[in-house]
Amino acid sequence: MDLAFSAKDETFRREVIDFLDENWPAEYRGRKRDFTRENYIDWHKKLHAKGWAAPAWPAEYGGTDWTPTQKYIFGQEMANAETFPSLAFNTSMVGPVIYTFGSAAQKQRFLPQTLACDIWWCQGYSEPGSGSDLASLRTKAVREGDHYIVNGSKTWTTLAQHADWIFCLVRTDPDVKKQQGISFLLIDMKTPGVTVRPIITLGGDHEVNEVFLEDVKVPVENRIGEENQGWTYAKFLLLHERSNIAGVHQSRRYLKRLKDVAADQELSGSGPKLMDDPDFSRKVSEIEIDLTALEFTELRALSNEEAGKGPGAESSILKIRGTELQQRISHLAVEVAGYYAMPFQRNQGHNEYPAGPEHSVHAAARYFNGRKTSIYGGTNEIQRNIIAKAILGL
Amino acid sequence: MNFEFSEEQQMLRDSLSRFLRDKYDFEERQKIIASDDGWSREKWNQFAEMGLMAAAFPEDYDGFGGTSVDLMVIMEEFGKGLVVEPYLPTVVLSGGLLLETGGDKAKELIPAIASGELVMGFGFAEPHSRFDLFHVDTKAAKQRTDYILSGRKAVVFAAPIADKLIVSARTSGSNRDTDGISLFLLDTNTDGVRIDGYPTIDGLRAGDVYLDNVKIPAVNMIGEEGKALPTIEKIIDKAIVALSAEAMGVCRKMCELTSEYCRAREQFGQPISKFQVLQHTMVDMFIHTEEMTSMAFMAAMKTDANGHDKAAASSAKVQLGKSCKFVGESAIQLHGGMGITEEMAVGHYFMHSTMMESLFGNSDYHLKRYQTATGLRE
Repeated sequence: MDLAFSAKDETFRREVIDFLDENWPAEYRGRKRDFTRENYIDWHKKLHAKGWAAPAWPAEYGGTDWTPTQKYIFGQEMANAETFPSLAFNTSMVGPVIYTFGSAAQKQRFLPQTLACDIWWCQGYSEPGSGSDLASLRTKAVREGDHYIVNGSKTWTTLAQHADWIFCLVRTDPDVKKQQGISFLLIDMKTPGVTVRPIITLGGDHEVNEVFLEDVKVPVENRIGEENQGWTYAKFLLLHERSNIAGVHQSRRYLKRLKDVAADQELSGSGPKLMDDPDFSRKVSEIEIDLTALEFTELRALSNEEAGKGPGAESSILKIRGTELQQRISHLAVEVAGYYAMPFQRNQGHNEYPAGPEHSVHAAARYFNGRKTSIYGGTNEIQRNIIAKAILGL
Repeated sequence: MNFEFSEEQQMLRDSLSRFLRDKYDFEERQKIIASDDGWSREKWNQFAEMGLMAAAFPEDYDGFGGTSVDLMVIMEEFGKGLVVEPYLPTVVLSGGLLLETGGDKAKELIPAIASGELVMGFGFAEPHSRFDLFHVDTKAAKQRTDYILSGRKAVVFAAPIADKLIVSARTSGSNRDTDGISLFLLDTNTDGVRIDGYPTIDGLRAGDVYLDNVKIPAVNMIGEEGKALPTIEKIIDKAIVALSAEAMGVCRKMCELTSEYCRAREQFGQPISKFQVLQHTMVDMFIHTEEMTSMAFMAAMKTDANGHDKAAASSAKVQLGKSCKFVGESAIQLHGGMGITEEMAVGHYFMHSTMMESLFGNSDYHLKRYQTATGLRE
């Protein structure tokens, strides 16, 4: 057991840092929000050109052969450079489902475009009446010859406004146990009958949408795997989604930024530095220690993965604690901002001076937006149900 | 980076785990703590035969290990078995101090510890020191080739059953100076040494040690005169790392006992483990235990990598405080009234985990120390 990075690991880290120095665009640096569709695609394609868009995929489908240590280093340096990752809908969600359960024809048709971000995917899971009880979903697909006719609606669909395709859970058999009548369909968003309505969240963000499906004709060849076996693929996807959800490195980075601000005498003017307030520094140190516990829990999980055990229900721990910490840190940012958390500066132009210091501009909006993290991907309460059942056998 | 145990560590863990399951169950442990001496020399010798003491020392001293990860393997099992024999005071604390200070005394005594022959304790706390290791009122005055020690060391683990003690005493300065502290080795039967022994509430043996003009030859001062504080801090931190591993074992066991109990206990016509509100408490106990495990790994690995890592030890101790409190209190709550009876094992784990929270400094103390160690505060 040891913590040291090998010389090979350090060479790899250098390569990652050099790549990020050269490729993460200067105009993105320091920006936290409001990246455009073009920004996301542009960065994904830069990662793809280097072969790093989907490090976790098997090499034969365009992934890497990285060790868990290398994946850890990559994640750490991406966070240090404050980049966003490649498009998660493509690389963490639908991609692994297609290469694990898709037919040869589906792999050939979809994987290269998914990896290269020539298709932007979005996730059609939740419905207005089906949140935590996902398997109760009612969007139905009725077989007519070589097609399914799909009717229903999906909600909380993140960045559907940018998406080319949606992967959807649909009900193909209403007469069996709810988990056994679900299928997994890939639907082109340009198909007649697909409409997208924005949902604006607290702080004015447009991230999520409702997607309406009205007599949408989907070729049967766009079904992944067996009819009525979709729940298995859906759960597999959720497990993969959760394995990247801890966000340790991003949280460390954000906390570091807040510590710098709180310790900056210039920002405090003639007043005392915030970091000298023992109540504040206590909160910072508690968060730091909890982050260390999360980091080592993730490292232990990675080590298990290396030993051949895939992501298990342990990823639920990472989801719960990871999102709790993200939320605690985003609230700390509101505290750091003080009064200047209050001005609403959502639509401020790039050439305008913000009211208050730069760090305070998006603090509150980011905190409000971040309440989503303990709700999405299976609420933290659902994660506890998963642990109770899958690990503790209760 | 590598999180795997070595083959030797794996074997040690397996044989110790098997031994404790077969020969050190809860009833056996209760018999041992009710005995006059409150520990079992027989079990102690068997631990020595299994190589547990030798595992804490490097080969130069007849040992075959000595890393914090080696200690972690042992301490985790001791935690699961709620072992009361004086491993921490003898091997980790006293053995650690001897190893750190070196010299003739180390050469003489470490092999005796490694063979199981010698039992020792370390007196670092005093009635007014609380958790400050530098607060030393006990005086050591030089008199020709001797030192004359006077003072009182508080709650010294293993003192009533130990052959020898190490104590901190002040050779210069005033009672809260960081300089001027020295370490002395003494036999418990030396003239002027009085030990008021007692069992601790969690089944260990300890005592207050009164030193009344105790004459100690200068050769029994270990380490440099007046410069002992960094050595003491380093070894206490090493003991905190070991204690963290013990805590992960204790927490793991409390989780197991609780889910077993809840599966068997029926109310409202079904096992209470079927109630979601209790399931979520058990999941939170599990998460706290995983976090304790992660921090024990972290602290052991960082200590092995850096020699001494104050931030690692203090952050593990903060986690220990949090995990032990949550897991322990929840375990009792979920056992209902049975949890606070002496006959159920869970309560004994809870008492020990609670005492571990304050041993070597509680969470508040170590949160502040973490802040100083990482430069968050001056």
